Amino acid sequence: MTSAPAAPRRTALDAVHRALGATMTDFAGWEMPLRYASEREEHNAVRTSAGLFDLSHMGEITVTGPQAGEALDFALVGHLSALAVGRARYTMICGEDGGIVDDLIVYRLTDSEYMIVANASNAQVVLDAVTERAAHFDAQVRDDRDAYALIAVQGPHSPAILASLTDADLEGLKYYAGLPSTVAGIGALIARTGYTGEDGFELFVAPSDAEALWQALTEAGKAHGLIPCGLSCRDTLRLEAGMPLYGHELTTALTPFDAGLGRVVKFDRPGDFVGRKALEQAAEKAQAAPPRKLVGLVAAGRRVPRAGYAVVDAEGATIGEVTSGAPSPTLGKPIAMAYVDAGHAAPGTEGVAVDIRGTHEPYEVVALPFYKRER
Amino acid sequence: MSINPEQLRYSKEHEWLSAVEDGTATVGITSHAADALGDVVFVQLPEVGSAVTAGESCGELESTKSVSDLYSPVTGEIAEVNEDVVNDPGLVNSAPFEDGWLFKVRVTEEPSDLISAAEYDAFIGE
Repeated sequence: MTSAPAAPRRTALDAVHRALGATMTDFAGWEMPLRYASEREEHNAVRTSAGLFDLSHMGEITVTGPQAGEALDFALVGHLSALAVGRARYTMICGEDGGIVDDLIVYRLTDSEYMIVANASNAQVVLDAVTERAAHFDAQVRDDRDAYALIAVQGPHSPAILASLTDADLEGLKYYAGLPSTVAGIGALIARTGYTGEDGFELFVAPSDAEALWQALTEAGKAHGLIPCGLSCRDTLRLEAGMPLYGHELTTALTPFDAGLGRVVKFDRPGDFVGRKALEQAAEKAQAAPPRKLVGLVAAGRRVPRAGYAVVDAEGATIGEVTSGAPSPTLGKPIAMAYVDAGHAAPGTEGVAVDIRGTHEPYEVVALPFYKRER
Repeated sequence: MSINPEQLRYSKEHEWLSAVEDGTATVGITSHAADALGDVVFVQLPEVGSAVTAGESCGELESTKSVSDLYSPVTGEIAEVNEDVVNDPGLVNSAPFEDGWLFKVRVTEEPSDLISAAEYDAFIGE
């Protein structure tokens, strides 16, 4: 590791993004496409047809060995040894104090092999923590960040697009399942996961195959309205879907219970796990005297709330803080997620406003998510 | 070739200013600025009749990712604002030098640092 600020890393698809004229942005040390043209059109393409994303900045960590499942049971807050082969789970890794270190997706690839996908910004911290926590188990932890490129196809037309390039049984591939197969002749782990609120797939491939797969998907997607999509629309898509983003809705200062995601913590299982004691207390507190709650806010006006803006009551007193905010292309209004005092968290609570640079703009408290696809 | 029209003058805050006719000039933001913002979703313009000062904030432009101050490139009084752009902020992206103009100002004073299209090209590294 170097201590000097490193040059931003580039994915295997960097040249493709530049050829497409993408506006690039620095994200967690990676130079990633922010948008190719209009982020609103990219957003709408994912909602109505399909979008293609380079997510190669995500951090893959592989855990193998006879006790891989037990090691993850101890290291994470979920019951991963009970996960069926071929399935995936949304889970978290917490500190001893119950604070969220990262939110993760864990895929069980075989009886003795799991793949963790961590946020780019936390991948090193997660790798270090899992390595340390797995040390007393018969399991090996491998840094696979450079072993994969990750390409996502998201949107209602994504099954048709992918089906034209693979013999894999996509109909049988459920949400949060993963299947090793080939796509356009390229070996890939096909996962039915995503961060957009739509049906879709995430394809883990060797970086050397990424460009060929990207081009094959682009070609196959043409007739289905597929366009390349950047991180800007990924953020508005996940916000509409009420999905948390680490560093915004999730931080080390919050437990999963504070974030309204206590369901990811599985107490009812054998063995200890890191953070159990603190999380048991957090669960009780969340039940008895919930502190702030994560809610949705929908604007009456057109000014957009941003992360860090204060949520205020009718008297102007601060009752919470915005964690994410953006103009919602689907709703046609600004929306936000915010932690607000429990007394003001009920949907329909009167008098709630966001302090937008000194002006108190009225906002409606709503239940999350803002958007749910029809199934 | 430059995408910045030659007949306009520019500020280093990425506004453009038309030639002054009968004491009034039209103001907008450049395509370079619009591209950097991304999809503009909300435009707050100064009120007609209000005084604006060169280099000072007189409104806001909100895009998906951020909010930016709108600066007046000259000192004067607002003569007209573009209601079309208020109703359809996307005009700032689709036609920044034409239908996406923002306001007209009766100019009382011009700063000395307005630059030509060629100078603005160089400024933004075109």
